[in-house]
Amino acid sequence: MPEAQPTPALPTIGILGAGKVGTVLSRLLLAAGYRVLIAGSGSPTKIALIIDVLAPGAVPLSADEVARDADIVILALPLGKYRSIPAEQLAGKLVIDAMNYWWEIDGHRADLSDPRTSTSELIQSFLPDSRVVKAFNHMGYHDLDEGPRPEGTPGRKAIGIAGDYDADLTAAAALVNAAGFDPVRVGTLRDSILLEPGSELFGANLPAEGVQDAATRFPETARGREVAAARADADEDEDEDAA
Amino acid sequence: MPTTPIEFGLNSFGDVPTDGSRTLSDAETVRLVVEEAKKAEAVGLDVFSLGEHYREGYVDSATPVLLAGIATATERIRLGTAVTVLSTNDPVRLYNEFSTLDALSNGRAQLVLGRASQTQSFPLFGYNLEDYETLFEEKLDLFMKLQREMPVTWEGTVRAPLVEQTLHPTMRPGGIPTWIGVGGSPNSVIRAARYGLPLMLAIIGGEPHRFAGHVDLYHRALDQFGLPRQPVGQHALGLIADTDEEAAETWWHSWQPLITMMGRERGFYPPTRERYELELATGALFVGSPETVAQKIVRMTKELQISRFDLKYDIGGLPVDARARTIELFGTKVAPRVRELLAAEGDEPQHDEHASHDLYRIGSTHA
Ligand SMILES: NC(=O)c1ccc[n+]([C@@H]2O[C@H](COP(=O)([O-])OP(=O)(O)OC[C@H]3O[C@@H](n4cnc5c(N)ncnc54)[C@H](OP(=O)(O)O)[C@@H]3O)[C@@H](O)[C@H]2O)c1
Repeated sequence: MPEAQPTPALPTIGILGAGKVGTVLSRLLLAAGYRVLIAGSGSPTKIALIIDVLAPGAVPLSADEVARDADIVILALPLGKYRSIPAEQLAGKLVIDAMNYWWEIDGHRADLSDPRTSTSELIQSFLPDSRVVKAFNHMGYHDLDEGPRPEGTPGRKAIGIAGDYDADLTAAAALVNAAGFDPVRVGTLRDSILLEPGSELFGANLPAEGVQDAATRFPETARGREVAAARADADEDEDEDAA
Repeated sequence: MPTTPIEFGLNSFGDVPTDGSRTLSDAETVRLVVEEAKKAEAVGLDVFSLGEHYREGYVDSATPVLLAGIATATERIRLGTAVTVLSTNDPVRLYNEFSTLDALSNGRAQLVLGRASQTQSFPLFGYNLEDYETLFEEKLDLFMKLQREMPVTWEGTVRAPLVEQTLHPTMRPGGIPTWIGVGGSPNSVIRAARYGLPLMLAIIGGEPHRFAGHVDLYHRALDQFGLPRQPVGQHALGLIADTDEEAAETWWHSWQPLITMMGRERGFYPPTRERYELELATGALFVGSPETVAQKIVRMTKELQISRFDLKYDIGGLPVDARARTIELFGTKVAPRVRELLAAEGDEPQHDEHASHDLYRIGSTHA
């Protein structure tokens, strides 16, 4: 066996949202040895007991403090509230977007269901000084809770990740792996629409090949064609505008 | 060691069933639900509860009216909801309806208040889904005041203010049993504790022991608020038949298309048979023979410390006979068998309740 290398310090993880997904992700990352800071929408005292019972070890703070003090921040709040994310404090950071448009929570909103734009692109434009990667969004929170297995376990479940920069995807993949899942790169932030509600991968709880295959199949699915058509029209309009 | 008594409830959303190749009409389904409630009483079940939905395939929209019908057709069984969509109800109206039901049924009325997994009532009654939290919070505040401290003076943003208001018929002192239904949001658990109300866990997918952390949270929150322990119940979906195979096939036949439709509305893909089998084996579905279902309920009393178990026995398109058989077996076989198993265990030394979760250690709330 090779000499044990000293582990480089793990990044501090911030989680915005102390609900179903936020508390599950906290537990998984705490178990993997990360320092975890977490916030709900209000004061940290409001979530202190929740965190103490459901994610003991995580540090409840305000959203501003979490954004400021963490190295990597996971968004686990309702997408409809994205404008309340502390954008300034996130400048220069890697932000992992686990949010989905869920009309039963967010209400019916055209801006969140436009097939031309993935919701992570929308988040990226709201956070112009951060780098956004989509991850942890497509798997139901109970599967996230039940599914983690050590790396190399046969049949280990996988989570699709999407983003524009190799280094960020590598960092996100490390988190997914530490949480207990195989990371599968499925494309750019624009492509991340294939991880959203309405796509085959949404709700999927599959091993890596399954996630990979579904991602590859996306353009041929009804949703894939709808997205492609909407985007082609948009490009045409743009060309006309340019002319 | 004395064992916790356990109560058994049946939940119906007034799902429209089939009879042979025929689908029942809405009106026939309304009358069937009353018959089923009578049957539930006859087989010794404790509570019969109706949901509140506003869409094709469900006839439980006028919950208190239907419960009133059941009240006059039964004598002993308690009558509740599963759940009442408080956010889109007027708490004053709700009080009037349920105080009337309680009077009519001689003290048998109760409620579970919650969000419900369907949202049609919001647009139907002119509410915005985004306002859900404020609506629920304010209306719960008012509804509990009406039950606990009449006359009530109240002011908020979701309805007209009240000044020294008394309502009639007046409820019994303290009001009727009112539970809070939760589907996994830790905040809702805290809210139930803040009001000192019993907790109904709606577990409709995944492994129920995931909710053990929520039960801990609930108990610790009650302690923190200085309030006494309250019961925890579980609402689950299921079907009981003579054999596991028969139950699994009958349920799949109706469940698969239902989940497929729900998935289409919400943007997720239909369940696979494999996933279904998992839900039966270790998940949230209580589908099987009386022995299988009884064993699973006994497990819940340990993992989740429940003292009430509610089975939702109707899903759209299920044959009427399968529903009738479920009610009968639930009352005559499952309930007594659970009580028997619990009594037998009361005499044995307790074993480590989490010993069986080793597989799920990572990420489990008890890791
Ligand atoms: N449920 C799932 O299975 C699942 C799976 C994958 C991804 N997702 C996505 O994950 C997100 C969270 O879902 P959930 O099911 O966990 O919802 P949830 O249980 O309702 O929790 C939402 C949390 O976000 C908090 N929050 C709201 N605004 C905030 C803000 N400005 N800053 C910080 N926190 C804020 C809420 O705090 P308050 O209570 O104080 O408002 C609450 O703690 C959603 O976008 C959802 O689509 C859900």
